[in-house]
Amino acid sequence: MSEVYKSMSISNPHPPFADGIQKAMTAVAAIGLLIMVLVTVGIESLSTPLNLVISLALMVVGTIGFAWRAFKIKPSGIKNNGIWFSSTMSRGVVGWIAGIVITGFYIILYWYEGLLGLGSNGVANTGLIGFFDPLAMAIKGTAASQWFVYGTLYTVAILIFGVRFIWKYRHNRYQVIRTLSVMGFQLFFAYLIPEILESLNGEYATKWFEKDLKNMWPLDYDFFDKWHIANMSGAGLVGWGFLIFSLLMIFVISPFLTYKYGKRWYCSWVCGCGGLAETAGDPFRHLSDKSIKAWKIERWMIHSVLVFSIVMTVAVVYGYLGDGSQYYITRTMFTVIVVILLVITAGVFYYFMNKREDAKKDLQKVIYGLAGVIALILIINFLIGSGNAFFIDNYSFKKWYGFLIGAAFSGVVGVGFYPLMGSRMWCRFGCPMAAILGLQQKLFSRFRITTNGSQCISCGNCSTYCEMGIDVRAYAQKGQNIVRSSCVGCGVCAAVCPRGVLKLENGSSDVYEKTIDIRNNHIKMG
Amino acid sequence: MHVVIIGNGISGISTARWVRKLSDHKITVISSESEHFYSRTALMYIYMGHMRYEDTKPYEDHFWAKNRIDLVKGHVDSINYKEQAISLNNGTQIQYDKLVLALGSKSNKFGWPGQDLKGVTGLYNLQDLETIESYSKNLKSAVIVGGGLIGIELAEMLHSRHIEVTMLVREKSFWDAVLPFEESQMITRHILKNGIKLQLETNLQEIVDDGNGMACAVIAKESGEKIDCGLVGLTAGVSPNIGWLKDTGLEINRGIVVNDHLQTSIPNVYAIGDCAELSNPKPGRRGVEAIWYTGRMMGETCAYNICGKEISYDAGIWFNSAKFIDIEYQVYGEVLAKPKEHHKSLYWEHADGDKSVRIVYDDLEKSVVGFNLMGIRFRHEVCEKWLKEKTDIKAVVKDLSLANFDPEFYRTYEVEIAQSFTEQSGISFSNPKRSNLDRVLSFLKA
Repeated sequence: MSEVYKSMSISNPHPPFADGIQKAMTAVAAIGLLIMVLVTVGIESLSTPLNLVISLALMVVGTIGFAWRAFKIKPSGIKNNGIWFSSTMSRGVVGWIAGIVITGFYIILYWYEGLLGLGSNGVANTGLIGFFDPLAMAIKGTAASQWFVYGTLYTVAILIFGVRFIWKYRHNRYQVIRTLSVMGFQLFFAYLIPEILESLNGEYATKWFEKDLKNMWPLDYDFFDKWHIANMSGAGLVGWGFLIFSLLMIFVISPFLTYKYGKRWYCSWVCGCGGLAETAGDPFRHLSDKSIKAWKIERWMIHSVLVFSIVMTVAVVYGYLGDGSQYYITRTMFTVIVVILLVITAGVFYYFMNKREDAKKDLQKVIYGLAGVIALILIINFLIGSGNAFFIDNYSFKKWYGFLIGAAFSGVVGVGFYPLMGSRMWCRFGCPMAAILGLQQKLFSRFRITTNGSQCISCGNCSTYCEMGIDVRAYAQKGQNIVRSSCVGCGVCAAVCPRGVLKLENGSSDVYEKTIDIRNNHIKMG
Repeated sequence: MHVVIIGNGISGISTARWVRKLSDHKITVISSESEHFYSRTALMYIYMGHMRYEDTKPYEDHFWAKNRIDLVKGHVDSINYKEQAISLNNGTQIQYDKLVLALGSKSNKFGWPGQDLKGVTGLYNLQDLETIESYSKNLKSAVIVGGGLIGIELAEMLHSRHIEVTMLVREKSFWDAVLPFEESQMITRHILKNGIKLQLETNLQEIVDDGNGMACAVIAKESGEKIDCGLVGLTAGVSPNIGWLKDTGLEINRGIVVNDHLQTSIPNVYAIGDCAELSNPKPGRRGVEAIWYTGRMMGETCAYNICGKEISYDAGIWFNSAKFIDIEYQVYGEVLAKPKEHHKSLYWEHADGDKSVRIVYDDLEKSVVGFNLMGIRFRHEVCEKWLKEKTDIKAVVKDLSLANFDPEFYRTYEVEIAQSFTEQSGISFSNPKRSNLDRVLSFLKA
């Protein structure tokens, strides 16, 4: 007897790629955005507190509503259907337009803030920045700046796209908890706490310093600037607290956490850049370049930026130590401290070079690089002997760093190119913090991605959805664990693997042999 | 020495790569399917828009020249074993010193009326995918005949494009010739939950011609029901792609017959992968095992034999895996739909009905013989070690957490599983210990 089963579902649980409700939700979000655009271009009559609330609410409702239709109402699981057919997500016309618009926004934000309505010399804000004044007054009691507007929009983006991400991966507790973490760190540590502290500043109100605890040097490349150190040390207990904690973060806490868990503790759990990449950037993660050529370019670029940032910082500090004022340390003492730190670092690398056969060549290069940096610093100190490193003004050197790396790379290219080159352009090619944590991860971390025996079917989902452009499959199909300095531990490779081949894990008993075993070699010849 | 390999799937490419690792021989790989090696298992993801074709290529295109592996896109017409030469359909002749036949499979057709109509296709190679793609535009509904691993993949593919899918399945419950009853029921439920129609205990009577040589409906044998559709997927298994080699002097049974060294009946000719049939398979194993993993292992073994390091093919401990829409499946060792005599099975299923762990053991020796997992990932090497060492079932359950391979922060069920097993078997299982990677590593080293 044959028995006919009919679907138990009331309706097809897979609605078309973008159904009517999704289109309506897109329109809702677009109206919210349109209000901001209209205010920006000078329709001041729209610039009311109520409209700000409406505008933000429409964007929130539209985005979350779209995500609800796209993911929440479908059975949980990996739902990457149609990604490469989507104009937005596969560098189609919509993707290019989005890329150009976001890039344009960043250019205006960094260099033409006047266009956003920033008032100067006592003139009140107008336009978009003026639109955000009521919110800034409510949170910190002052008028808004372009950075307040940017911070607000950035936080809103992480929160709403975070909700989308959680729905998309709701079957995966690692993804859910990790996303709640980046959302929380952005909302509290990067946005609310610093802004509120700002309003409580009282007598120190004019002495701004970075109050986002997780924003470490060298990502925060201003940290060692004269004004910044002065503002911190001149802001009482709180200021000193921030200064000491930040130094501990750089030299103690971050290497320790990277040893324990890999650089993911920062890059995909805490960091704001990572937070945006993991949430708003998720629809574009597969656009990263997986070729060996891109990997070569990546290694040269990111480590050059690291060297550039260290040399720049040293030059800046060196510059102001000799400006005639009194400091706790002298120029020579500073040079000695820096050289000692770098020699210790080189020593550490040399130590690992003999422990890690698989990374020997890379480490040799790093040691040569460090020797170069040490030489440069000594040259600055003893041969040039002036306040200016490299014959150019130290601060103009820094200005170039700020322009090229701090603004153009991390913002304009880093986020503007999401729809064109994937969500982690900055993290992969430009972030000096990622470079440092990456070296630690490669050398001495307990973290690795384990490959499950010989189960890999070489399908390529892991590599495709790696936002860092790591060819994960190249390792998995050999049965080899993945230990790459660029891996931010987002865990998406393990999530999309249809055969359960990958697992992010930490273990201390095989730190130096993590990659040696190649389990796919079926024949063991003695 | 010139090694010529016909077929650029996982078997043929594994041979090529290993011959290169082991020697300096000239290597030529011939394929009429694709210019470069791509992962056949990823065909479904191209159709569903998860990946592009180029993303399914495990090696970048410059890999082949760099490793001096010559790729020829062409169709082999005939092989002259005496002259050790093959001829392609464009007239080219290629001499070989060693020839490897890695010809793969073709989709089964059982003489159904209408099986060769337009709009009727299997899902095995790139050309099949192109066929399916070409009929997908404005396609409203499709029928899939056969309910194995490829059938469910094809159903998921079409379903992702919002095409109504009906599966005709011969068995009482999905894939119950391979899966034990409970797992088979779980997948049956999962298919229905996803909105795919399933007609069980239903055979195909015929495929109806619309008058223009195009399939427009199928008729089910048992009910006589006519189901309209614009595409018919034939996924009732695959068989070795060897039709063109019949009566050429090569010994052929179901597949090309090979000995333990993967040599065929003709000197200097080897056969591997889906198209090969072992004359002497391991006890409990089949002569033809058309799966990815055995193809890869055979490819490697074959390369050793070609390079003069004689070695017998060892299929190792059976393992396989698949994904049924959203439910991942792994199997290690011997888990049969109907357990062998003396074999007992312990089964735990999560209350959500989407996860299960089955452990089969030998009731006489109390040793573990197989693991079957649904929706939970297990660690390959740990299971393999337990199976190799015929570990006592109580010891396995006690250390079950060593095998867990789910992502961090996932809920674990070892305690629940042990309790459930105790209730089922009367054996009293102690509560499992918790594990971490260091414990796993020391277990594997011991």
